[in-house]
Amino acid sequence: MQAFITAVSEWMLPLLIAGILVAGLVRKVPIYNTFVDGAKSGFGTSIRLIPHLVAMMVAVQVFRASGAMDLLMQGLSPVLHWLHIPPEVAPMGLLRPITNMGSLALMADIFKVHGPDSWIGQLASTMQAASDTTLYVVTVYFGSVGIRKMRYALKVGLLADLASVLGSLVAVYLLLGPMPHA
Amino acid sequence: MIDLIWLLLFVSGLVTAALTGKIGAVSQAVLGGAASGVELAIGLISVIAFWLGIMNIAEKAGLVQVLARLLKPVGRFLYPSVPEDHPAMGSILANMSANILGLGNAATPLGLKAMQELQTLNEDKETASDAMCTLLAINTASICLIPTTVIAVRMQYGSAHPTSIVGTTFVATAIGTAAAIILDRLFRRLSKRRR
Repeated sequence: MQAFITAVSEWMLPLLIAGILVAGLVRKVPIYNTFVDGAKSGFGTSIRLIPHLVAMMVAVQVFRASGAMDLLMQGLSPVLHWLHIPPEVAPMGLLRPITNMGSLALMADIFKVHGPDSWIGQLASTMQAASDTTLYVVTVYFGSVGIRKMRYALKVGLLADLASVLGSLVAVYLLLGPMPHA
Repeated sequence: MIDLIWLLLFVSGLVTAALTGKIGAVSQAVLGGAASGVELAIGLISVIAFWLGIMNIAEKAGLVQVLARLLKPVGRFLYPSVPEDHPAMGSILANMSANILGLGNAATPLGLKAMQELQTLNEDKETASDAMCTLLAINTASICLIPTTVIAVRMQYGSAHPTSIVGTTFVATAIGTAAAIILDRLFRRLSKRRR
């Protein structure tokens, strides 16, 4: 299993790029110009993130530097212990379904403290990548067609987010083993 | 909602800092946080530009349509209430394909299109149909092949293996999606029984 996950990590990106280039060639897409055309919008996309990231990074760093994050982690520790979730990533798990930029800021914060290649850093990366912002999806999708009664959709979305957090834990355990004691 | 979260982070931080005498750390955190926000966004440019370029080729080559055709049996299984040749099924499969390929920008409009098509099949226009709930569940926990943004942020913080999380993400999203499908079925059955 471990070998499989490592192989997926190493092969997925190169294979996908090669596959897309070949598909473009077969379908007679002018690949170079199409690439440049698409890449052009990368600058704008990233720059548009600046206000969101500044807002969230400031809030997250205030939250952590003040010691409020430690208090939250202490308060949650019985539940987290039971679910085997390391307290460091708990605030991320809480923010992930609500705000994409918020949990991204928390992930960057974890990278700064523990390093991106640490056990916690890899777990945080996986958690950020493994789920979408449920609240946003529910609001936009239902809002666009005027649904008022969403029945069990929000409940399922949030429970699935919890499952994604646990799934991230399982995946990181399988690849890296249990968390090393610092 | 976002207002509340943002406020809560600040207020709880300020109150804790005031009580523990760490108020000096707050000013530092404000300035440091703003700087890292800008650095982070600038650092994302390289990977996002490259990926948007590659994805533009994927889109023009019609890979979404190819994948959608392959996913047809999955669609039949997940959306038993949607007729196979109804336009809603087409949009649903295209949305799923775009999500899997990591075409976030294309996935949302396709998902909204699917929502509109499902609304034409919906009897009560104000209440979500079974298929709509499934669409939501799948979209909130989507299988992801390449987590571009996360890879970019990892690069920026000096990761030696920025793509090492592709495998774990794949496994984690597979578990999350399976859970979403099971939960959706479970709640659907429960809501039927209650009626």
